[in-house]
Amino acid sequence: MMKNWLKRTALAGCIALLPLPALAAGGTITVTYKDDIATLDPAIGYDWQNWSMIKSLFSRLMDYTPGTDTLVPSLAESFTVAPDGLTYTFVLRKGVKFSNGRDVVAGDVKYSIERAVNPKTQGPGAGFFGAIAGFDDFSAGKAETITGIETPDDGTVIFKLSRPDATFLHVLAINFSSVVPKEAVEAAGADFGKKPVGSGAFVLKDWVIGQKLTFEKNPNFYVKDTPKIDGFTVEIGQEPLVAVLRLQKGEVDIAGDGIPPAKFLEIKNGPDAKDIIIDGEQLQTGYVTLNTQVKPLDDLKVRQALNMAINKEKITRIVNGRATPANQVLPPLMPGYNAAYKGYAYDVKKAKALLAEAGHKDGFSTVLYASSTDPNPRIAQAIQQDLAAIGVKVEIKALANPNVIAAGGTKGEAPMVWSGGMAWIADFPDPSNFYGPILGCAGAIQGGWNWSWYCNEAMDKRAVAADSISDPAKKDERAAAWKGIFTDIMADAPWIPVFNERRVVAKSKRMGGAGNIYVDPTRVINYDAIFIK
Amino acid sequence: MIKLIAQRLAASALILLGVAAITFVLLYLLPADPAVNLAGRSATAQTVANIRHELGLDQPLLTQFLHYLGNLAQGNLGRSYTQKTEVVTLILARLPATLILMAAGIAVEVALGLIFGVIAALNRGGPVDRLVMAACFVGVSAPQFVVALLLLYVFALMLGWFPMSGFGTAAHVVLPALTLGVLGAGWYARMVRSAMIDVLNQDYVRTARAKGISERRVIFRHALPNALLPIIAMIGIDIGQFMSGVVVVEAVYGWPGIGQLVWQAIQQVDLPIIMGVTLVSAFAIVAGNLIADLVAPLIDPRIRAR
Repeated sequence: MMKNWLKRTALAGCIALLPLPALAAGGTITVTYKDDIATLDPAIGYDWQNWSMIKSLFSRLMDYTPGTDTLVPSLAESFTVAPDGLTYTFVLRKGVKFSNGRDVVAGDVKYSIERAVNPKTQGPGAGFFGAIAGFDDFSAGKAETITGIETPDDGTVIFKLSRPDATFLHVLAINFSSVVPKEAVEAAGADFGKKPVGSGAFVLKDWVIGQKLTFEKNPNFYVKDTPKIDGFTVEIGQEPLVAVLRLQKGEVDIAGDGIPPAKFLEIKNGPDAKDIIIDGEQLQTGYVTLNTQVKPLDDLKVRQALNMAINKEKITRIVNGRATPANQVLPPLMPGYNAAYKGYAYDVKKAKALLAEAGHKDGFSTVLYASSTDPNPRIAQAIQQDLAAIGVKVEIKALANPNVIAAGGTKGEAPMVWSGGMAWIADFPDPSNFYGPILGCAGAIQGGWNWSWYCNEAMDKRAVAADSISDPAKKDERAAAWKGIFTDIMADAPWIPVFNERRVVAKSKRMGGAGNIYVDPTRVINYDAIFIK
Repeated sequence: MIKLIAQRLAASALILLGVAAITFVLLYLLPADPAVNLAGRSATAQTVANIRHELGLDQPLLTQFLHYLGNLAQGNLGRSYTQKTEVVTLILARLPATLILMAAGIAVEVALGLIFGVIAALNRGGPVDRLVMAACFVGVSAPQFVVALLLLYVFALMLGWFPMSGFGTAAHVVLPALTLGVLGAGWYARMVRSAMIDVLNQDYVRTARAKGISERRVIFRHALPNALLPIIAMIGIDIGQFMSGVVVVEAVYGWPGIGQLVWQAIQQVDLPIIMGVTLVSAFAIVAGNLIADLVAPLIDPRIRAR
């Protein structure tokens, strides 16, 4: 406390003598979350709280300009892509050090990706690296290394792909591609997630389990003038309502869980609303899957009728208007979004007529699975009411997420699943991420995430073709290809797209910066970019 | 006495074994698949199978259970699926907070329960008695969430007497303990009241009064100690209950106890944590009852004589 005061006073003295641009505010801030931070291991962490912390602890070959989906080289100084799209060559930035003092070399990049893919790590990242040559042999335990990752010298990494993958640069920017030092991983063993060592903008100084994590600025970080703050403390186990009260009192700078419904209108109508509420669009779609292999939903007319029966405006009101009604798979911010597409408009009469045509004049009974966390049961009830209006009797099963996921991923089990609380927020800003696992044949397997069990081989072929357009200069052509795919999928109506939810973060008035670094499309909170005014 | 302890410890080992077996089977029957949960949404069938094998979930149930018991015998509760940290470490990190809140909560419960129970008993049938009993009824039926937020709003936000959230100083424990105390005191007050009424009608109390002993001495020296026995038993039960976590109170006050840990583990089918906390709680219930049985003879010479 005293030390801080001295620092500040000394700083105030200095500032008087300095020209304005040197006024680096620094300072430390407090962030709260309700849920415990499970792990900071980049090969394992996969929830939206630890996602942004891992981003800031580690560095990757590629990253994004803060607040945007623009890819830029990060740990890489430069890269080249061969014309056939099968070879990617990266030159590493020189002089980058891990926080344990050692230089980052090419071998670390190879080690880190192999670690993310290795089943012994028990992480969720393996699936992203499937295009690298040698992936299959390595994951089946037939090879010691992934042969498609080559390191001719300490400063060069070459990736050889087995098929063109236009998303590959995005894959190298996701957390599972974070570079970790082998010796630190081996020293910590399975506890690496609690003792992370990286080369990112921050280092983890202290972790009191169940209470708080303290992050400190990495003074040697290679991006100029980054980060802006000297450090941040994450307090966990904080009830969102209490976090917002503390924020209003000045004890908290970012309430990570946003503003609970009970408090939302009061703050929204309050004098400081625009300084406190950050309401940002994210790459998310909330949808109801219609199981194409379960009767009577296997009938296209029935699926179309259900699409027309849902009053999406009403459902957005359940989440305090923090969502926009959706009519297609992709969210508006995603390349390939079809702004001209009208979708299935809300029309109860037409829905009833379609049902009658399909031979269900008196409706039918079915089951809707949903997450048991608020507001999802309430949304499921709204869907139940809407479908009752066309004679479809819905039984709701509201369960803990893993049980819903299990039901969705079991063939013939769940006729309908409301995706809220589980799926789908993009892993990276590319339309293909909304296809493979959730609408492609690859996801229609036991334990998969394609809960519509929609498997259209013609679409799969078009998807492969679109992902083969890996020349960045042809990105518009590629987006157009995806636009066509998703528009044609909607003709088969495997989903009822319901809304695109926005993320709300509450921040204290002293925190500066645009909304898109608090709800960053690739990071959620961008700790590297936020600053104190 | 030593024989009693030995018997009870042997019995508790059996109870714990039973609890472990039942919990293990129940978790095994859950539809949710921990391997699918860990492998993430982009996983291939190969990855899911690999992870299931790594976790040993592809073994028969009995093999898995025996393996678990083998580790348990060495004090090893395994590693969390999602955090990869040792379950023992996670529980130990949260144990101090849970124990402090348990002790403070029980202290408030018992203090309030004794005071109001005695007052009600002495005013039996009168308006004061009815008022106290009505208050007790409200206390035991009020939702934790509401009481916790109410106390927080008044004493932390409006008056600023206590911190709103966190753990570390004596001031932090006041509001969570008060919440638990207010909610639980009703049970104690009712128990004390009926025990006191019972005792106050006994011949020896009448004799004491007839001898001209002051009323205060009659109540606190002659009647109250005899009314305490059921309270001791109830504390034993509360120890077990508070050990298994007070999720809502912990959540509202940001109290880093065991309740929050197990709540999240359930959401993520983190079986080792669920098993570990269940066993620790079962142990606490057994231990709480054992302590109550051991303390009772210290207070009541009649039990000692038996």
